[in-house]
Amino acid sequence: MAKPTALPTAYQNWQRLRRAFRLGIKSLRLHGLRSFLTALGIVFGVCSVIAMLAIGEGASFEAQEQIKNLGSENILVHSVKPPEDRKVSDAGSQSFVLQYGLTRVDLRRIEESIPGVLLTLPARVTKDYVWNISRRVDCDIVGTLARYPLVRNHRVEQGRFFTERETETKANVCVLSSEVVNNLFPLDSPVGRQVRIGPAYYQVIGVMEDRGSIAALEGPQDANRGSLNRIFIPLETARERFGEVFMRERSGSTESERVELHEITVKARSTDQVRAVAEAVRGVLEHGHKRKDYEMIVPLELLRRAERTKQIFSIVLGSIAAISLLVGGIGIMNIMLATVTERTREIGIRRALGARQRDIVTQFLVETVLLSGAGGVMGVMSGLAVPWMVTHFSGMRTIVLPWAPVLAFSISALVGIVFGIYPALRAARMDPVEALRHE
Amino acid sequence: MNAPGPILSLQEVRRTYRMGDVVVEALRGIDLRVDPAEYVCIMGPSGCGKSTLLNLLGCLDRPTSGHYFLGGEDVSKMDDDSLSSVRCRRLGFVFQSYNLIQQLSVVENIEVPLFYQGVDEQESRQRAEEMSRLVGLEHRLNHRPYELSGGQQQRVAIARALINDPLMILADEPTGNLDSASGVEILRLFDRLREMGKTLLLVTHDPDVSKRSGRVIRLRDGRVESDVRHG
Repeated sequence: MAKPTALPTAYQNWQRLRRAFRLGIKSLRLHGLRSFLTALGIVFGVCSVIAMLAIGEGASFEAQEQIKNLGSENILVHSVKPPEDRKVSDAGSQSFVLQYGLTRVDLRRIEESIPGVLLTLPARVTKDYVWNISRRVDCDIVGTLARYPLVRNHRVEQGRFFTERETETKANVCVLSSEVVNNLFPLDSPVGRQVRIGPAYYQVIGVMEDRGSIAALEGPQDANRGSLNRIFIPLETARERFGEVFMRERSGSTESERVELHEITVKARSTDQVRAVAEAVRGVLEHGHKRKDYEMIVPLELLRRAERTKQIFSIVLGSIAAISLLVGGIGIMNIMLATVTERTREIGIRRALGARQRDIVTQFLVETVLLSGAGGVMGVMSGLAVPWMVTHFSGMRTIVLPWAPVLAFSISALVGIVFGIYPALRAARMDPVEALRHE
Repeated sequence: MNAPGPILSLQEVRRTYRMGDVVVEALRGIDLRVDPAEYVCIMGPSGCGKSTLLNLLGCLDRPTSGHYFLGGEDVSKMDDDSLSSVRCRRLGFVFQSYNLIQQLSVVENIEVPLFYQGVDEQESRQRAEEMSRLVGLEHRLNHRPYELSGGQQQRVAIARALINDPLMILADEPTGNLDSASGVEILRLFDRLREMGKTLLLVTHDPDVSKRSGRVIRLRDGRVESDVRHG
């Protein structure tokens, strides 16, 4: 007995599929609003996948850039006023000199006893006004060494940094951070001009590169964290000008602090050695300090932590997006089930006219795939628009990874197939006689 | 497909339904033979098994026992896909309520059986237009079914039933939903089909319809009560 069906050629199959798609579009357009609302579920799902990934990626990229700018081989140690002393001075009717923080002895020990150390960089930070004629800015005056730009990966944008010789000779030169320039010399280049701090004048020889919010991480992580306004002068100059005792009038009493060094930056020979060097530095400091009057920041560890945070962030965002896609898929399935019931008679007619079960499956599956595909396309477009708007209006950095739209779109197509299969099978398995009788 | 033998033959065909514990015998052994170019009317009171018989003849259902040969081929034991293919290539259906697909235009409705045969688009459009001329609807090709009168819709359905050049056309109360003028129009169309040598099998209540046919089969309680040839 010869089977009446000839094997369809690939061309025939392709043509069938093309016509199935055209038919699907026709059926969907019959209920335009319903189809649109159904697809909307997928639109939001896809859009949230792309937008969330882009925002998350942008935020973590920014954080990682900041940390990398601090130098991944670096270990930063800050002097911190120990908490118990804070209380005393707050209660403060006594006047005494409070001594705490890092010392030159610490610096020497670190340099001499830890093998993985490439360079060290001490710094003193004093707060004072910096004047340009009648303009003034409240600044962190950083006394440091000539190798500051090298150790901290901070480029000089204009002019130059001071030299070792200038440090030794206690020259009255200074380098400004770009924020100070904006406030003090809003109109012209400061290089070659002079600024006044207290009674002394300093020649401006350079301006540092703008690194945005990175300074927030540079200072100690407590109340008097680093200001964006920084002015760099040679360490020896700072010591001679400002001494080591810092005095402050305070509601009737004077409060004096003596701090030898506010910051020590330790640069390890390579990133592999950072952890070991950090441990050694911690050991040296613990040995030399009875109180916890210092604080260590290891950018590499911050980086690792940021990466872990990013992973968790991605998982959370991913699951939110997955849930919204799931909800969209369930919406599609719901509508398709209703559609199948509504079109029972059409299914009966088609079966009577010779449609096989798989033709019916194809027809309904094509409709769901069209719905979710159209939703996917709209979702990709809005998913690209949202990060752009976020960047445009809030200035937040966003990064759309090239695979994100591809991934989101394929997931949406997959959702269409997965959630379309059941309604399509239900349509195909109807008894044609029953279906034809359906009103 | 002009097989020399009969178009169809039923041998001791039974169909029983099980509704819970009750077994309903809808057909209790039918023997029937229809030759090419016959115009057969099936009549009988409701509940006599007409619809069941029509579903079996239309390959929408399979007999519980017995054999059904259509164009020499035993279709009583075929699987669902093969039955679909038989419906697609060898049968034409005309229903009481027209059963056109609402989202398709007239010409697209006529094309549906060819779509499932995988006929090339151009060829199928050409044949559909030919058929629409045969039923006198060539000027309504791009209308939607709901824009047509009942008689016109039924003519579309007949064109659809003819397009695959079937062995036999099965019609279930084709004039049941029409006013008498449109009904007569449809019956005239059937007369013309008969002249063209088509095999027609109608289920009807209407004695006027049966008068036009060449053979009237009466069913009662799932059996053939009488089988009269005239004309």
